[in-house]
Amino acid sequence: MAIDRIERTAKQLVLTVQDYSWFAFRAFMNLWRPPIYWPEFLVQADIIGVGSLSIVILAGVSTGGVLALQSAATLSAFGATAITGQFVSLTMIRELGPVLTGVMVSGRNASSMASELGSMVVTEQIDAMRALGVDPMRKLVTPRIFSAIAMLFFLTIVADACGIAGGGLVTIFMNHQDGPQYFAMAWEHLRYPDILQGLIKPLFFGYILASIGCFYGMRTSGGTQGVGRATIQAVVSASVIIIFVDFFITQLLLSLFPAP
Amino acid sequence: MTETSAFVPADPAPATDASPVVVFDHVCIGFGETPVLEDVSFTVAPGETRILLGPAGVGKSVLLKLVNGLLRPDEGSILLFGEEISHMPEQRLFPLRKRTGMVFQEGALFDSLSVRDNVAYQLIQELVPDEEIDSRVHEALHFVELDETFSLFPSSLSGGMRRRVAIARAFIQQPELLLYDSPTGGLDPVTSTTIIELIVKERDISRTPSLLVTHRLQDAFTLCTHRFDATENRMVPLPEGETDANTTFLMLEEGRLIFDGSLRELLASQNTFVREFLE
Repeated sequence: MAIDRIERTAKQLVLTVQDYSWFAFRAFMNLWRPPIYWPEFLVQADIIGVGSLSIVILAGVSTGGVLALQSAATLSAFGATAITGQFVSLTMIRELGPVLTGVMVSGRNASSMASELGSMVVTEQIDAMRALGVDPMRKLVTPRIFSAIAMLFFLTIVADACGIAGGGLVTIFMNHQDGPQYFAMAWEHLRYPDILQGLIKPLFFGYILASIGCFYGMRTSGGTQGVGRATIQAVVSASVIIIFVDFFITQLLLSLFPAP
Repeated sequence: MTETSAFVPADPAPATDASPVVVFDHVCIGFGETPVLEDVSFTVAPGETRILLGPAGVGKSVLLKLVNGLLRPDEGSILLFGEEISHMPEQRLFPLRKRTGMVFQEGALFDSLSVRDNVAYQLIQELVPDEEIDSRVHEALHFVELDETFSLFPSSLSGGMRRRVAIARAFIQQPELLLYDSPTGGLDPVTSTTIIELIVKERDISRTPSLLVTHRLQDAFTLCTHRFDATENRMVPLPEGETDANTTFLMLEEGRLIFDGSLRELLASQNTFVREFLE
């Protein structure tokens, strides 16, 4: 009995991965074949980019501030509080900026994509779209994926900047350290590979969060309860996969650009 | 379309010589282990209105979705406008679907778009100029007698109005085939009659071949025993004993087609299930 259940679950998992891979591939390939719905890109870019700006700024400032607080406490034991700026900027740019932004935006947008598309599925709006001769993959999925990739890139830059600024505020006003020194350290020790690493990651994370949100939305079944289920699955899967993939991308990028 | 001046005779000879618009040939489909349709074969000829009867859950909506390729059969072949669509790639199906109009069970209007944008959905995708879109939407809404809803959103419409907007959306491109999925399901008798009157009006004015799914016998019989009188702009009954010769019936029982014929043949059928359904 238990073996049967394990077998069934394993098969379902493999099937889901297979379906998702095919879905994500089709959505990606659609960008290179007409028709391309440019107005949809702009609408989605506004929803994902501008709509997520406030939470990304808030998360960035808070994280940078916390990093400065925690690092100053530890570094002071070694008399190395001067490198707080370097610590905060490197951590934000290489790791926390992209990952936090990815997780925050997936919480906001993967869920909204799954619930919006899921509602359209259960009310037959997706079928109606197909019946009217419009491909929902091109019209709904591809614009969301590419808007998420583009917007996550810029949101990550905003999160990095806000994180460093937040760290600076804490350093100056709470830790009572030298502000110019903090910013000088934050800037001087940055290398191009660090920036590259921080800007490559959001491209993957944007693709992951939007494709997963759309995937679960488009395969919704079981009425309104199904929409709720799809939303939860989308957020959980997107967040977990972002963190999981981050490990591999970091390892790959570190092997390509080893630390000096 | 109150301007319609031409009266269309209600009982013309069926157009049987031209090739059928839809052909189902031994079609089977199932979901998982459960078979839904088994060995279903029928045709829809040009100018013909076919009413698919059957209780809830026998696969009527599934059959309708097979017609325009929204679902694919497991076995058998389906011809739409003479083209085999059973294994046709989705991209090649879109041009064929644009030639059909479909009215979904609950209307399936896009709730984030206004009535104007819903009705004009296809025209907007084809980048038709705004002035032309507005005029055609007004015309389509006038046909379903909902001129005042042009700028409204679906959420502010009643169930019957939504259904009529969905009909306007299906009619606007003057399709070569119309598919109605329980267009009166869940509506009160008065609203149902309004919807049926619109379908009769479309049938008698345009003679578009259509396939209508319903479990309501009263609607099916009204369609068969009434015609649209363009001069009075309303649906009127045909003379006693007369029926629309181009409106015929199909009946499904547990995924199998058990009846294919005219109203008279349906009423005379000795099949136990048909008799039970009629009673």
